[in-house]
Amino acid sequence: MEINQEGYCVSFNEIKQEITCQGSLMLAGTEEYLPILELLKQASEQVSDSLTLNICNLDFINSSGINTMTKFVILVRNQKTPQLSIHYAAEQAWQMKLVSNLQRLMPDLLAVEQ
Amino acid sequence: MAEIFGDFIEPQKDEVEYLIVGFSSASLPLKQRWKNKGLSADFIAGYLQTFFVGRRGNALRNGETIPAHSHNATKYIANELLENAMKFSDESARYSTRISFYLHEERLIFYVTNSISAVNREKFQIYIRKLLSCDANALYIEQMEANALDPESTASGLGFLSMNCDYSAKLAWKFDASLDGDSTDGKPVSVVTTMVCVDV
Repeated sequence: MEINQEGYCVSFNEIKQEITCQGSLMLAGTEEYLPILELLKQASEQVSDSLTLNICNLDFINSSGINTMTKFVILVRNQKTPQLSIHYAAEQAWQMKLVSNLQRLMPDLLAVEQ
Repeated sequence: MAEIFGDFIEPQKDEVEYLIVGFSSASLPLKQRWKNKGLSADFIAGYLQTFFVGRRGNALRNGETIPAHSHNATKYIANELLENAMKFSDESARYSTRISFYLHEERLIFYVTNSISAVNREKFQIYIRKLLSCDANALYIEQMEANALDPESTASGLGFLSMNCDYSAKLAWKFDASLDGDSTDGKPVSVVTTMVCVDV
């Protein structure tokens, strides 16, 4: 599964059980993020035990994008499966803030600094 | 008469450097303006990166003129302010949205002025009162949980909260009426100026 548009790409690798977000997520509001949220949900249903969300190459995200990420994390938290990990780039200060907020919502979220 | 919410600081043009960018509300459809907004946020962050060195008089050790978090904060805040202005402007008022920012010694102050309809003005003021009276960090998480429970919600309500919680920005608003607009009936246009102040 992949959503590859001008400026950003969100893809799911079933073998690696990894979702990768790249580029700048600056879509206009919740509605434009629905296909991405759907991809995230489907990925969480297709893996058996663990899933990685890799945002290391995500350069920018707006508040509607943050909303999409938080909705996804709350969904996985409520489902209690799969075990979710997030891989982030330590040099991107905003990514550390996002990860910290996501962990407030889901204390079991495993954060891996790349 | 102007209505003020929060500690609103009036722009001080004579004392500091500033940049003002204007967008005509009628010139482009929203989709095209959305792309324009991203470019504008990048431009504003790049402008700051270039000119802030003049204020500080020296570069930081890694060659950056401002800390990376400030560069990111500038882009994030400029982008969020432009998104809000484009979403909530009263297009019938044909009033240009203006974003400006002012470089003080140790802080940046953004101002965005846009038209606003009477209905949105009332809703926005209710939201602002809540934002200014509650614990922002608790409200931020509460809003995330509420959004997850409501698949029909179209606005995240996270923009101002993230500026405040993630970038320690101070927010204030001024509601006013302006005769600068091109309203068809000749009446003053209802406008709101959002002020965001961040330390750098």
